[in-house]
Amino acid sequence: MPKFLTAAAREGSFYSAVLLLVVAAAFPFYWMLITAFKTNADLYNVTNIPFWFNDPPTLEHFSYLFHETLFGRWLLNSLIIGVCVVAITLVTALPAGYSLARMGGRSGEVIGIGIFLTYLVPTTLLFLPLSRIITMIGLQDSMWALVLVYPTFTIPFCTWLLMGFFKTVPREVEEAAIVDGCSLLGAFFKMVLPLSVPGILTVVIFTFTLTMQEFVYALTFISSAAQKPITLGVATDLVRGDVFFWGELMAGALIASIPVAIAYSLFLDRFIAGITGGAVK
Amino acid sequence: MGGGLAAIEQAMKVIAIEERPRRATWSWRFMRDRAEVLGPILLAPATLYILLLVAVPFLLAVYYALSAYTIYNPSYRFVGLSNFISVIQDDTFQQTLVNTFVFTLASLLIGLVLGKFGALLLLRPFPGRRIVRALIILPWAVPVALATVAWQWMFDSLYSVINWTMIALGLLTRADAPNWLGQPHLAMLCIVIVNAWRFFPFSIVIFLAGITAVPQDVLDAATVDGAGFWRRNYQIILPMIAPIVVVGLIFGVVFTFTDLSIVYLMTNGGPVNSTQVLGNLGFLIGITDGDVAHGAAISLFMFPVLLALVIVMLRSIRRHEI
Repeated sequence: MPKFLTAAAREGSFYSAVLLLVVAAAFPFYWMLITAFKTNADLYNVTNIPFWFNDPPTLEHFSYLFHETLFGRWLLNSLIIGVCVVAITLVTALPAGYSLARMGGRSGEVIGIGIFLTYLVPTTLLFLPLSRIITMIGLQDSMWALVLVYPTFTIPFCTWLLMGFFKTVPREVEEAAIVDGCSLLGAFFKMVLPLSVPGILTVVIFTFTLTMQEFVYALTFISSAAQKPITLGVATDLVRGDVFFWGELMAGALIASIPVAIAYSLFLDRFIAGITGGAVK
Repeated sequence: MGGGLAAIEQAMKVIAIEERPRRATWSWRFMRDRAEVLGPILLAPATLYILLLVAVPFLLAVYYALSAYTIYNPSYRFVGLSNFISVIQDDTFQQTLVNTFVFTLASLLIGLVLGKFGALLLLRPFPGRRIVRALIILPWAVPVALATVAWQWMFDSLYSVINWTMIALGLLTRADAPNWLGQPHLAMLCIVIVNAWRFFPFSIVIFLAGITAVPQDVLDAATVDGAGFWRRNYQIILPMIAPIVVVGLIFGVVFTFTDLSIVYLMTNGGPVNSTQVLGNLGFLIGITDGDVAHGAAISLFMFPVLLALVIVMLRSIRRHEI
C-alpha cells in the first residue's frame, strides 16, 4: 500500500515536527518543574539520569521557600502592586480609550498613535531619570515606586486595547440612551461600560501580568528584600554569594509563572487583537 | 376657555420648574453633552500621566547626558556632547554596540524562521491543538526573568542537562564538556538562544493572526488561477500579512535591542564584556557605578536606532497598504 505509506509518513513527520516544537518551547518549564520537586542529593549527582526522579519527590524546597525566605512577602507585594496598578490603569485608560474611539477626530487620532508609541519606549531608556525622580520624591527602595511607574506602560497598552474594544460597540446603543434622556457621559457609564465587561476583564488580566513580568524598574528602584515583587525576589534574592539554591529557585519561579501562563493561554486572542489593532482595521 | 388658559399656565410653571435646575448646572451639562468638550477631558488623565512619567523623564535623560551629573556629585554643570564623545571612544562601548546588534539580529532571525514554521504547523486543525498552542506560548508568557533563571540552570557549568545529554549520547566526554556561560562565543550563543526561544511563540502567534486574516476566497481564486504553494505563500499571503508581521517585528526589535533582564541575569555582560549590551552597560554605569551622566548617554544611543527602525517599518506598512 504505497499510498497508505506516504500518507502515514506525512502524518508522522507532521506530528514529529509539532512534538519538536513543543519540546523546544516547554522543556525549560519541565526542567523547572522537576527540579523544584527533586531532593538536593538527586539534583547534585551527575551520575543520575536528570530527566526523572531518582529519589522520591520532595516538598522540601517549597517549605524552605515559605519558611526560610521572604517568598510569602514577595507574593503579597506583587499582589498589592498589581491591584493598585490595575486601579490606576482602569481609571485613566477607560475614559481615554472611549474618548479616542468616539470623540477623537483628527487630533484624537494623532494623540492615540502617540499614546501607543509610548508603549514602545523601552524601560532601559527611562530607568536612570526615573530613579532620580523616585529618589527626589522619597520613594526610593519602596514598592510604591513601582505602583507609580508601572502605569507608564500599562496605560498606553490598555488605552489602545480598550479603544479597539469600544469601537466594536455599536453607536446606536449610545444614541438610544441619549434619545431617552441620558447625557453623553451617562450613556458611557450606563450603556457602554456594562457592554464592555469582557474588554475590561482583558485589561485587568493583562495589566496584572505585565506588572508580574516587569523586571528592569524593579531591579533599579528596589534593593531591600522586603520590598521586592516576586519576579525580582526569586531572580535575585535566592542566590547567596555564588551559591545558587536551584531547588528553591525553580520552585519559586514555578509558583510565580503558573498564574501568568494560564492568563496568557486563556486571553491570547484578545491580547493579539490589542497589539495588532492598529495594523488590521 | 378659562380652563385652557389655566392649563397653559400650569404647563409654563412646570417648564419653569424644570428649567431652573437645568440653568443652575448649565456648565456641567454642557460639559457632559458636548463631545468636543468631553473628549479632551476624558483623555486628559492618561495623557498627563504619560507626559509626567514618560516625556519628562526622557527630557531629563537628555539633560543628564549633557551634564556632569553623578549621584555623588549631583551638579547640573553643562558639558555639551563630551559624555557622548567619551562614550563612543570607549572600547567597551564599541564592543557593546556590536554585541547588541548581533544579539538582536540573530535572535530575531531565528525567532522569525521558527515562527513561520510553527505557524504553518498550527494552521492545520489536529487533535490537541489547543494544548499544543498553550504549551508553545509559555516562553513568551512566563516572566522573562524567571525563564532566564531556568535557562541559567540548564547551562550550569557542572550540572548542565545539555552537557549531560550530550555525554550520555557519546558526543562529549565529561572532561571537555563546554562551560556555556564561561566562554565568550558560547555565552553569546546562549543569550541569543534564550531570546530567540522567548520570541518565537510571539512570532508564531503574529503569523497565525495574519494568515487567518487572509480571506479564503482570495486564496481559492489564486489556486484556480494556477498559483502553487510557494507562490500563494510569497506573492499573496506574505504581502497581505506584512502590516501585522511588521507590527510584531517592531515589538520584537524594540524589546530585544533594549533588553536588560536576560543579559543581566545570565552573564552580566561577561565573560570580559563579550555579551555586554546597551541596556546592561547603561545599568552598570548609571546605577551600579552611579555615573548617571554617562549611563544616560549610553542609554540614549538606543534612541536614534529605535526611531529609525520604527520609521522604516511604519513606512513599509504604508507602502503595502497602497
